[in-house]
Amino acid sequence: MLLMAGTIPVRDLPFVLGPIELVEENVMVGGQCLDMNRGTASMISAACAICQEYGLKSAVGIVAGDIGASDGSAKIYDYLAGNLPQMDVQILTTHYIMPDIKRNKKVLEKIDSLEKRPVLIADAGGMYVAKAGGDAGRYDLFTPDLGELAFLADEKAVHPTYTRGFISHMEDDVPELISRAFKSKNVARTVFVKGKVDYICQDGKILETIDHPNIEALEAVGGTGDIITGIISGLIYAGKSHVDACRIAGMVNRTAGKLSRPTPATQVKEIIRCIPAALREVKDRLCRK
Amino acid sequence: MKWFGKKKKEDISPESETVTRGLLIFADTGTVMRAEQILKEENYDIKVVSPPARYRTGCDLCVEFPLVEEPGIIRILKKLRSAPIEVVPESSNRLRPQKLCTVKDFGEYIMVRAANMKITVDKTTKRIVNISGGGCPDVPYLAYEMVGKSVLKAPKPSAIGHTLCAYALNTAHEELIELLESK
Repeated sequence: MLLMAGTIPVRDLPFVLGPIELVEENVMVGGQCLDMNRGTASMISAACAICQEYGLKSAVGIVAGDIGASDGSAKIYDYLAGNLPQMDVQILTTHYIMPDIKRNKKVLEKIDSLEKRPVLIADAGGMYVAKAGGDAGRYDLFTPDLGELAFLADEKAVHPTYTRGFISHMEDDVPELISRAFKSKNVARTVFVKGKVDYICQDGKILETIDHPNIEALEAVGGTGDIITGIISGLIYAGKSHVDACRIAGMVNRTAGKLSRPTPATQVKEIIRCIPAALREVKDRLCRK
Repeated sequence: MKWFGKKKKEDISPESETVTRGLLIFADTGTVMRAEQILKEENYDIKVVSPPARYRTGCDLCVEFPLVEEPGIIRILKKLRSAPIEVVPESSNRLRPQKLCTVKDFGEYIMVRAANMKITVDKTTKRIVNISGGGCPDVPYLAYEMVGKSVLKAPKPSAIGHTLCAYALNTAHEELIELLESK
């Protein structure tokens, strides 16, 4: 099972666990209709699009309403800590969630007790809490943007907002930030750095960069990073290696962006709609090589 | 807005640098943001900093203040229903939230970034067209509440947000307003 966990910005939305399906402009989780235009819903929509293209069994979503009060986040952590052994999870992706170091450690303890450890992917709050708790090394894949990479590279920061100025100023030197983050052991084994140039790194080494097509407007569009995390999760579920998944996801995300003809005012659902066509275009490109 | 009309303090350094400072610990980051606004408007010499390890969850702030001003500060915060849950006497050089902003001009649009948060507006209409970045649960909520509205009329992240991501977005939002008003 590909299990995707995160909060939804709807007050009083109940805790929901169930299969993810794309329905026109929206995404359904366990029969609950969610707007795919923001956060966790964008991420799971992208993963669902990939699963459909590969003819895979639906990914499963675990979501709860939370607008910052931690209520939905707590339900997700607690459910995972209590129920993971009964769920047969191959891949667990954690996303928008209130960083709660103690609760996350309980989830990780449960994962450590499993006979077969799932692949752990984290972005957004799921990645912040992993780093803040000193647990980044227990994860398989992180997908930071440049600001978040600076946070991972700052051994003292417990949240991106606390990243020290001298490290933030190093953002023009991405390889140095990557090196710092790996040396301080504040990253997962594989890291996909999202930016003007995407960096794919593993075990401290930069393996590849992706910089084409370069569409500047995408930097302003909320959710483009979220869909990369979803695409990577879907591709790993389809059997791709972590590095191959990152490579294809980087290309698909940029191609979907290009197909949507974006401006800085474009909404991410317009890009999500282009993912299937972008995946086919990228597959063709890779076959021709 | 001034709540109690407290006059701006005179600089009394170097003595002020030796004053022992304390930390106000709050139940959540949203209350910290409100308390910061109240105390700054009352001209208290405060800083928003990271809390001690024993209070840390991964997304939190506290307020560093001059201990000698504790009674006045607590009285004001209690009256405005923003009282701390604990007061800790502790001087330190704690980490402070980043206030550095970067600006990117897309021609028709302008984007301001603070830490991990970005906000983009249409320069002509002043309408917020996108909010991106962040990882705490209120980020998508803030996007719902702010995108599509005038940057001058949209709710402030400090008023409706709860987390450090909201704090960073508030920094970017303030910088954006300053930038638009200076043009």
